Amino acid sequence: MSTVIRSPEVDIAPIKPPDLRLQMTSDPRFLTGARGLLSSVCEKTGLSSTSCSQVALAVDEALCNVIRHGYQRRADAPIWINLWVLADSGRGPGIRIVIEDEAPHVEPEQIQGRDLADIKPGGLGVHIIREVMDLARYEKRAPIGMRLTLVKYDRPGVGAAGSA
Amino acid sequence: MAEQSGLQVRYEEIGKTVVVTPQGEIAYTEAPQLRQWIRKAQDTRPERIIVDLSGVGYMNTPGVATLVEALQIAKKNKYRLVLVGLNSSVRAVFEVARLHTVFEIVETRDAALK
Repeated sequence: MSTVIRSPEVDIAPIKPPDLRLQMTSDPRFLTGARGLLSSVCEKTGLSSTSCSQVALAVDEALCNVIRHGYQRRADAPIWINLWVLADSGRGPGIRIVIEDEAPHVEPEQIQGRDLADIKPGGLGVHIIREVMDLARYEKRAPIGMRLTLVKYDRPGVGAAGSA
Repeated sequence: MAEQSGLQVRYEEIGKTVVVTPQGEIAYTEAPQLRQWIRKAQDTRPERIIVDLSGVGYMNTPGVATLVEALQIAKKNKYRLVLVGLNSSVRAVFEVARLHTVFEIVETRDAALK
């Protein structure tokens, strides 16, 4: 398991069924719609517009990576997006998103953003995901597929442990 | 204004400067189209390519990667690549990727054309 937690207090364990579950195929034509839906839901939860933009960007980058690297640009494979609305008196509104696929397993430790000092076209998506989210955790699903858990709060460094 | 599968691009040659002005969003499906227009500009052996992003509301890393590739080619061939009019959302992507200091970025098209 490979986890980046920008705030150590972030709660990562889903403890109830998702508030929203979206299934899509790995067709790039649906990326804009998925991003728009997530952004709209974020706004309704009370997350700041900056946080909503960051969540939408992270999900977009993650879906691009699933399509391009996980499914090798196949357009007919499944992707599931699960969303939980989080509430924490200290950290404000938050959101947990879990993206699952049926792509071949990759060792989570190998999913790394590139060194930013090395200016080249690729490898930015993972870096951006980890930079804008409070938590980004890659893990293998059984028996096949990968799972990416993303968490974002408006004020991740404030308050005690939260609950969903 | 030319159009290819959703991405609208205005293409202008002004002396030895080429101005490429995409409209809309530049993400997974649009980035290859932007690359084609920039390659067309590169083929003119310009002294400067200006990519006017003032009409771009959203960009993710496929779009950024296209511009990084264009910058590498510009440096190799010793001409300038100038980005114009990044909105806050697009600028934020460049900043997160630490690329805002790598590109020549100006506020307006007029400033870029000086």
